Amino acid sequence: MIYLDNAATSWPKPPEVLKAMSDLLERAGGNPGRSGHRLSIAAARVVYDTREEVALLFNCSDPLRVIFTANATYALNQALYGLLKPGDRAVTTSMEHNATMRPLRDLEKKGVTLVVVPCHKDGTIDLPAFAAAVTPGTRLVALIHASNIAGTIMPLAEVAEIAHGAGALMLVDAAQSAAVLPIDIAAMGIDLLAFTGHKGPLGPTGIGGLVIGDKVDTSQMAPLARGGTGSQSDREEQPEFLPDKYESGTPNAVGIAGLGAGLQFVRKTGTTAILDHERQLTEALIEGLMNIRGVTVYGCRECEKSVAIVSFTVKGKTVSEIGQRLDEEYGILVRVGLHCAPVAHRTMGTFPEGTVRLAPGFFTTLAEVKTTLKAIERLARL
Amino acid sequence: MSNGVILFHTTAMAMKAEKALTKEGFQVTLVPTPREFSSDCGIALRFPWSLAEAIKPILQNAAVEVQAVQKLG
Repeated sequence: MIYLDNAATSWPKPPEVLKAMSDLLERAGGNPGRSGHRLSIAAARVVYDTREEVALLFNCSDPLRVIFTANATYALNQALYGLLKPGDRAVTTSMEHNATMRPLRDLEKKGVTLVVVPCHKDGTIDLPAFAAAVTPGTRLVALIHASNIAGTIMPLAEVAEIAHGAGALMLVDAAQSAAVLPIDIAAMGIDLLAFTGHKGPLGPTGIGGLVIGDKVDTSQMAPLARGGTGSQSDREEQPEFLPDKYESGTPNAVGIAGLGAGLQFVRKTGTTAILDHERQLTEALIEGLMNIRGVTVYGCRECEKSVAIVSFTVKGKTVSEIGQRLDEEYGILVRVGLHCAPVAHRTMGTFPEGTVRLAPGFFTTLAEVKTTLKAIERLARL
Repeated sequence: MSNGVILFHTTAMAMKAEKALTKEGFQVTLVPTPREFSSDCGIALRFPWSLAEAIKPILQNAAVEVQAVQKLG
């Protein structure tokens, strides 16, 4: 079996991740931050250690500004619904995932002015058009760091300059880039960063987070959910301090333990080593696919300008046929269709059919990529 | 030897304080917040009261927000 669906969720996970999760249940099974006994404290330590790992990865000045959520979608919803009020202006791109686009379209119905700036056909941003759309007084600029369809990387530092010049905050969807591309929220001007644990960080599903930069005034960002926090239990109102303001209810401590172990694995391996390996695989995939007659590769087709995600179609064949035959005849697992990003497929001209998406990961080998290319070549012929 | 407890708004801050003090070699223990003290958070940090002055700058440097410091009877 060859697993090339790491953009949906990375697999396999490092053994350390499985061990950390089972250890949590076995040895630190109390409710973190609720009781004061040893099992509760042991769980709270695991949660805090992971907060520190996340802060270290993104160069966040304070681990308490790391908010754990179920996934990147929840983190994006927290930022968007927390910050935007009727009358506010928000600017985004035409390469977004529905995790950003659906909340924004809903907020638009509720009175937020939304501008979706069209990107180029290869998924790259049109910076002059984007700058023109971010007028003074814009509240928020929200964009994806790396496209989940074509892997295309957005120039965040340049976008941050545009956003901050207009007095706007910048929210980044790092679902496909966290723990793969270097992300320094301070140096890159990222005000809010949404990430998920089960892709690049090599953790389990069901855990992600929102990292809140120093410039964000959290008194102006309402929590998406309110409830028990284990703090200020004498009061019926939600606390204002972090992280409790945005972390109601018992957290996913098992998931947090796995995320922490995944991030430790990434830190010890080195993001540069991970990126170099993934770029080598991406380059081989793009080059190989472009040499197959009848295959069209989407995106910017330069591995330095994208993460390890390659989308293609085959002339005369549906994407579902390619996906099914790769699985059934060759044991190669990929994802086909629209990948929850209809606006991105419209931008690249692949709507409504979608594409076949190949997403190698750190544990994918060059030999597996070569086997996959041979299989696609045969499928394209027959 | 009498002890004191440091009270915090949130568990995460208690963890941050424990790490900062342990790193500097202080013997501190996370304990359930004694009920006689009104606190925001269920976990407090117990320490030898003789170190009350010495730990202050360390917590300050680590940007730890303390809700209160109480001497235990």
